Amino acid sequence: MLPLATPALPLDEAGKYVAAAYVVFMVLLVVYVAIMAAKLQRIERELRDLAAFAEARAAADQATPGREEVDAR
Amino acid sequence: MYGKGLRTLSIATVATLALALSLVFFYAPLDADQGFVQKIFYLHVPLAIVALLGFIVGGVFAILHLRSGDRRWDAYSYVSIHMSVIFGVAVLLTGSIWAKASWGHWWVWDEPTLVSFLIVFLLYATYYPFRYAIEDRDRQARYASVFAVTAGAFVPLNFLAVRLAESLVHPRVFATTNGGLPGSMMLAFLASLAAVALLWVTLVKLELTAKSASGQLKRLRRALDAPAAGGASRVAPEVS
Repeated sequence: MLPLATPALPLDEAGKYVAAAYVVFMVLLVVYVAIMAAKLQRIERELRDLAAFAEARAAADQATPGREEVDAR
Repeated sequence: MYGKGLRTLSIATVATLALALSLVFFYAPLDADQGFVQKIFYLHVPLAIVALLGFIVGGVFAILHLRSGDRRWDAYSYVSIHMSVIFGVAVLLTGSIWAKASWGHWWVWDEPTLVSFLIVFLLYATYYPFRYAIEDRDRQARYASVFAVTAGAFVPLNFLAVRLAESLVHPRVFATTNGGLPGSMMLAFLASLAAVALLWVTLVKLELTAKSASGQLKRLRRALDAPAAGGASRVAPEVS
C-alpha cells in the first residue's frame, strides 16, 4: 500500500500541504460568497431602479388626470 | 420564501464548522502512518461524500419535476447539481494536495477512486452546456431533469464499481476489518461531515433565495414595462 509505504512527512513539511488544502477550500468559499454578494447587489440596484420607475409613472399618472381610464379601455 | 430560516441555518453552519475544525486540530490524534497530512482527510472526504450525495439529491428533485411538472423542483435540481459541482472542484483540489503530500504526485491515473470521481465530475460539468443549449424553457427543464436522473443513477453505480474493484492504493478507512477509524478520529470526521453537509444546505438555500429574488424582479419588470410576450430565456431556472 503506497500510503503505508511512504513515511509520514515531518510536521514542518506536512503543515504547508494541510494549510494549502484548507486555504483552497476557504478561498473557494469566499469567491462563491463574493459572487453571491455581487448578484444580490445587482438585484438591489435593479429593484431601486424599478421602484423609481414605478414612482415616476405614478407621478405622471397623477399629473394627467383621466389617463387611468384611457389605459383601462 | 426561500430566505426563511437562512440566518439560523448560517449560524448553525458556522458553529458546526468551528466545532469540527477544533475537533480535527485539537482533539483527533495524529495518524500513525501519514502523520499531520492526514488532517486533509477531514475536509476532503466529507466534501466528496456531500458532493456525490448532492448529485443524487439533484436526481431525486429531477424525478419530482418530471412527475409533477412543477418548475420549482427543476430549480431545486439545478441548484443542487450546481452546488455539488462547486464542491466537486474543492474535492479535486484538496485531493490533489493530499495526493502530492502522501504519494508525491498531484494525480494518480491508476487509482479507481480518483479517476471515477473525475469522470462523475466531468459528466456533471456537461450539464451546463447541455442545459443552456436548449432555448425553450420547458424543454430545457425537462431534458435537464432527464440528464439529472440518468447521471444521478450513475453515481451510486460508479461508487459500487469502485468499491468492488481491487484497490491497493486508496486507503479504506471505513473498513470493518483490519482497523478502521478509532473513536476520536471518527467523532472529528462525523463533525466535519455534519459541518460540510450543513454548508451545502445553507449555500443551496442562499442560491435559491437569490434566484427567487431575481425571478420575482423579472416578473415585476415585465409587469411594469410591457405586457409579457413570453419567449425563451437562456438564464438559469426562475424560482417564484
